[in-house]
Amino acid sequence: MKLAFRLAYKNIMGAGLRTWLNVGILSFVFVLIIFYRAFLIGWQEQGIQNSVAWEYGYGQLQNSDYDPADPFTLDDGHGILPDDQQQNLVPLLLRQASIYPQGRMMPIVLKGIGVDQELLKLPTQKLRESAAAIPAIVGTRMAEAANLKEGDQVLLRWRDKEGTFDAANVTIAGIFSTQVPGVDVGQIWIPLRKLQQMTGLQGHATLFVANSNFVSKNNDGWRFVSQQELLKELNAAVEAESISGWVIYLLLLSIALLAIFDTQVLSIFRRQREIGTYISLGLTRNRVVNLFTIEGTMYSLLATFVGGIYGLPIFLYFGTQGIGMGGIEEMGFGMSSRIYPAFGFSLILTTFVLVVVSSALISYWPARKIARLDPVKALKSKH
Amino acid sequence: MDQNIISIQNVTKRYPMGDREFTALKNINLEFKKGEFGGFVGPSGSGKTTLLNIIGSLDSPTEGKAIVMGKRISELSHKESALLRNLHIGFVFQVYNLLPIYTVYENVEFALLLQDNTKQERKKAVMEALEWVGLQDMADKKPSKLSGGEGQRVAIARAMVKRPQIVLADEPSANLDAKNAHGILQTMKQLNKELNTTFLFATHDEKVMEYLDRIIHLEDGQVAEDEIVTAKRTLTNSK
Repeated sequence: MKLAFRLAYKNIMGAGLRTWLNVGILSFVFVLIIFYRAFLIGWQEQGIQNSVAWEYGYGQLQNSDYDPADPFTLDDGHGILPDDQQQNLVPLLLRQASIYPQGRMMPIVLKGIGVDQELLKLPTQKLRESAAAIPAIVGTRMAEAANLKEGDQVLLRWRDKEGTFDAANVTIAGIFSTQVPGVDVGQIWIPLRKLQQMTGLQGHATLFVANSNFVSKNNDGWRFVSQQELLKELNAAVEAESISGWVIYLLLLSIALLAIFDTQVLSIFRRQREIGTYISLGLTRNRVVNLFTIEGTMYSLLATFVGGIYGLPIFLYFGTQGIGMGGIEEMGFGMSSRIYPAFGFSLILTTFVLVVVSSALISYWPARKIARLDPVKALKSKH
Repeated sequence: MDQNIISIQNVTKRYPMGDREFTALKNINLEFKKGEFGGFVGPSGSGKTTLLNIIGSLDSPTEGKAIVMGKRISELSHKESALLRNLHIGFVFQVYNLLPIYTVYENVEFALLLQDNTKQERKKAVMEALEWVGLQDMADKKPSKLSGGEGQRVAIARAMVKRPQIVLADEPSANLDAKNAHGILQTMKQLNKELNTTFLFATHDEKVMEYLDRIIHLEDGQVAEDEIVTAKRTLTNSK
């Protein structure tokens, strides 16, 4: 086997440009597969981390009349959960409302949150510390959309539990930056007690965000949505991308492997005399099969090496600097505007194994054909 | 010189040719002793190369027995015939068949790589073989940098480096000018004498025939004449 490796290395190095074309395309595919998969993994990991930290916690206990996909359920989708059942939970009350920045109406979701909570990364201490009558915090996207700055006042109109409209100015106590549009776009956060008071819904909540110690029990009128269920949409989006990604890089891999296959098949015609000479010198058929299979496989080994040379700096750069994803926040869940690809050892190893094994398989079939050549005819060949 | 190392008994070789069969060899019977310097002579299609290929275990007879180094060729597995070639048979081809990406040294070394020799042993053997053919200074050259005569010398060194019992040379002088042809034949003759290696040629080159001790004339796949020319030359010289 050592001899076969030595000869195969010598042969593919001696093939010059043909080798480097094969290696070039295969290394490109190798780097691209790793990069794209790392991007998807990074996207998913960041999305999960951000969503958990800013919005989902370790699951949500939602009022059974509340449907996150239907804003009309905000009117009735709330209730009171006994205090003894509120342990390890952060209550949120959600109401439909409008603000009037620079005189134009903007529909929003008004969210009440406990000012002392520490579960979510929302800077609720700014609500606690503010002396304003109705302090509010907004995300950067919301602030930009409504042209709001810290300290600004904006007219808020809402309806109480009876449906009666009321209005007051809210003061922007803080603007936070988050990668999770679900806690930012089209919403204003105010103290829970204040919102309950404004709407006459004392003690009511639309949902509760659970911390890691929360144990779900059977609560009448409430349903527990686990973290996994909440992340389903994000995971599904990544999964869909991942499937289309697989299709793309299987196509790319097929093209690269086709180049190797083509080279190997061409060897049946173009290297007949060489094969005849090997056999006349005493190489067994198995050794010829090994030699040509290793030759084909060695393209992928070289491709890994070459891909490593130019791929590693690329991976390092994007792994630390991230990739700007302008406009992706429109997707609505915990998507970062900058994604940091996650280049893990196992990812590189599995891609390496995939590329090497597939190139070995694709080389084996022509190699078997090569070994079956009649040595007499092979020696008579002009090539 | 009294030991039979090749025995051809009633060998017939037929090839399929479309719907018909072409008979390349018909009922051939020959014996070769160790150290012979003989050759098959005849026009194209007379069966010279076919016979050489059978002796070299690259092909096997359709009928009859070809026994080389005590092994019946048609009964050898691929592995066994590869081993026979690797250990005991050297080939010299008309177009040299050197591996173009290897240096002269590596081409000659190739046959030894299949055996369990140390690097030092291989180096010693390769340099010795290159010295036999006068190419010790060209070890690092690629075949593309060699003349035809030099290329064929490398092929001879490659065939001889493992010190085989038999060397089979198929039209070794066909691509060479007269000077180079005589050069390589003198080298082979010398090796035949020094190492007692059996040389068998397939040729229709008069220059080659001048060096042969035994000439087997083949016509239409049959032995037309089997003459020992050493004796004739000795007689002619004594007259």
